Amino acid sequence: MSSDKTRGGLKSQFRRNLLLGMAALPALSLLPRGALAQATSAVNTTNLAVTDSTVKVGILHSTTGTMAISETGSVEAEKLAIKQINDMGGVLGRKIEVIQEDGASDWPTFAEKSRKLLVEDKVAAVFGCWTSASRKAVLPVFEQYNGMLYYPTFYEGLEQSKNVIYTGQEATQQILAGLDWVSKEKGAKSFFLIGSDYIWPRTSNKIARKHIEKNGQKVVGEEYFPLGHTQFNSVINKIKLTKPDVIYASVVGGSNVAFYKQLKAAGINLSKQTLMTISVTEDEMLGIGGENIAGAYACMKYFQSLDNPNNKAFVEAFKAMWGADSVIGDVTQAAYLGPWLWKATVEKAGSFDVDKIAAASDGIEFKGAPEGYVRIHPNHHLWSKTRVGRARMDGQFDVVFETADLIEPDPFPKGYQ
Amino acid sequence: MFEGYTLAELGSIFAMQGFAGLILFSVFVLMALGLAIIFGQMGVINMAHGEFMILGAYVTYLCSTLVSEYLPALFPVYFFIAMALAFVASGLLGMLVEWGMIRFLYKRPLDTLLATWGLSLILQQIYRSVFGAREVGVVLPDWLMGSVAVTDTIEVPINGLFVMGLTMIITLVIYTVMFRSRWGMGVRAVMQNRVMAGAVGINTERVDRLTFGLGCGIAGVAGSAFTMVGSTGPTSGQLYIVDTFLVVVFGGAQSLIGTIASAFTISQAQSTMEFFLSGSTAKVLTLLTVVAILMLRPQGLFVLKVRR
Repeated sequence: MSSDKTRGGLKSQFRRNLLLGMAALPALSLLPRGALAQATSAVNTTNLAVTDSTVKVGILHSTTGTMAISETGSVEAEKLAIKQINDMGGVLGRKIEVIQEDGASDWPTFAEKSRKLLVEDKVAAVFGCWTSASRKAVLPVFEQYNGMLYYPTFYEGLEQSKNVIYTGQEATQQILAGLDWVSKEKGAKSFFLIGSDYIWPRTSNKIARKHIEKNGQKVVGEEYFPLGHTQFNSVINKIKLTKPDVIYASVVGGSNVAFYKQLKAAGINLSKQTLMTISVTEDEMLGIGGENIAGAYACMKYFQSLDNPNNKAFVEAFKAMWGADSVIGDVTQAAYLGPWLWKATVEKAGSFDVDKIAAASDGIEFKGAPEGYVRIHPNHHLWSKTRVGRARMDGQFDVVFETADLIEPDPFPKGYQ
Repeated sequence: MFEGYTLAELGSIFAMQGFAGLILFSVFVLMALGLAIIFGQMGVINMAHGEFMILGAYVTYLCSTLVSEYLPALFPVYFFIAMALAFVASGLLGMLVEWGMIRFLYKRPLDTLLATWGLSLILQQIYRSVFGAREVGVVLPDWLMGSVAVTDTIEVPINGLFVMGLTMIITLVIYTVMFRSRWGMGVRAVMQNRVMAGAVGINTERVDRLTFGLGCGIAGVAGSAFTMVGSTGPTSGQLYIVDTFLVVVFGGAQSLIGTIASAFTISQAQSTMEFFLSGSTAKVLTLLTVVAILMLRPQGLFVLKVRR
């Protein structure tokens, strides 16, 4: 894991704090008056690790193993948010202390570590997990010991729990608006769906296929490859044969890099062939290389290049803390929302108790979100916009479309299952 | 799936599909050659083979970064320098590993499985600490990316042709070294009968070290070449290890010809089935076929005839 790069001198230290402070400004409005006055016995009736001056939370991500590639950004974002919150005076007057555990890309380890965080450390909340598999592994633990998990990744939906707040998009939020946009903008009639072979791409494509067919368009191919597959020449020939208007890709991990490199090498020019992906963020672009994917469209809720004051401050603070060449992808931003939403909920509930937080979550807003305004839905997912970005050579995206309104989260979409 | 296409269109698709199969074949051979020497000839089950490949990939990454920074004029040809350096780096690491670990395990071949698996975890974490957990992007010279239009409709990826050429050269070199040189004869002698080879004056320790180094060095070159088609990250080596062992075991571990024949069979089967069926199904069917054949012929396709 990359560490906080120390730059010498008090001056730069001051500048960094200033930047971090500025980034936190939009969130100041969330701070209720008189928050500092409550006694610990009043705000913590369930024996959590809360003292008069501190509150412990957990961060549970993989910093080793295959998933470290993806989860590192989330850890960085969560630490940034917590630092900013502490600089503003903490939550209910208490500084947040982080206990970080490593899930090591291994699902049983995730379950074991979450048990440790909840039972031994008695943390007030956990920010963590990335893959659906790890979330499914810890879910029973959180429900048994009544913990609170803030989960950052966009995922396939079909889940809802009192003990989880999903700060990423569920599948329909990510898919439907993007498909509508590409149909309208590109006049697309036929789609080729290609993904890695596990639950998220399969569920996502199921929803995409239903939507495409509902719109009277056609799916001309649907292909899945084992995780880690590196040879795509055959399927690329199949794509050439079926000539789809849109290639709709949800290939993940190391396969992702191979897929785009081989598409380019096979002479498929992404400025002519429309390709829409729901699995490439700025993070993945680092490995793929901008020159191999420039011209493709990605459907996300956040891009680092978003032009709004919240995001400017966020990007600046992130780079000040984690280095000037760090990039911020969709999930990293969603991870950043976790601590802020938790803070706002705790302050609304006036308590760290998990039951009270779960009850108070409905309607919690975060106006300082880098993606713009977000609000928690009664189903514990977020209202958020869908955006389409076009990949550039330099590894960033040009935002070419965003939905006018926030999209309602619908983890159990009727007619799409 | 072929309604509404002209014969010419179908012809060009099949031609391209043929090339796809050949490219996959070359990739498999390149992956497996290093292991064929280490596992096939030396009997060491090297689970860290993928990590030696990725070392080559990281060397290529370093080269691409350094060259584009300091010697931009050399950028179009840096890939050749990178491959040479990848060979040296992986080869040296291989010799170090042989000296520090493998040589104590020649009499316990199954233990090399655990030891090298541990080594692979250690190497992965080293890569992660040095290069970061995220994948790195290796920038390739423009001439390597893109495709050649053979006719109007047939396009062949240049990096695929490059891998094919490279594989042919390396295979020829290995063949010459192992079967046409005095040193290669020494290697084969040591593998067949270590005690007797020592008795007739062959320095078996030296042969072991160099052979292991050669196998790892080739893995490094393969890793370097695969930056063109795949990803470079701390755990990318894991993407190759299963296919690599599959090819070597299926071919008959001790036969280089077997490795090539098995790479050809598996790649053609897989790429044809991938085209007509879906990706995951193709993989399952390929694996099932290999398992079935290995049940009938546990020694693999080709066997070395030796008196024991």
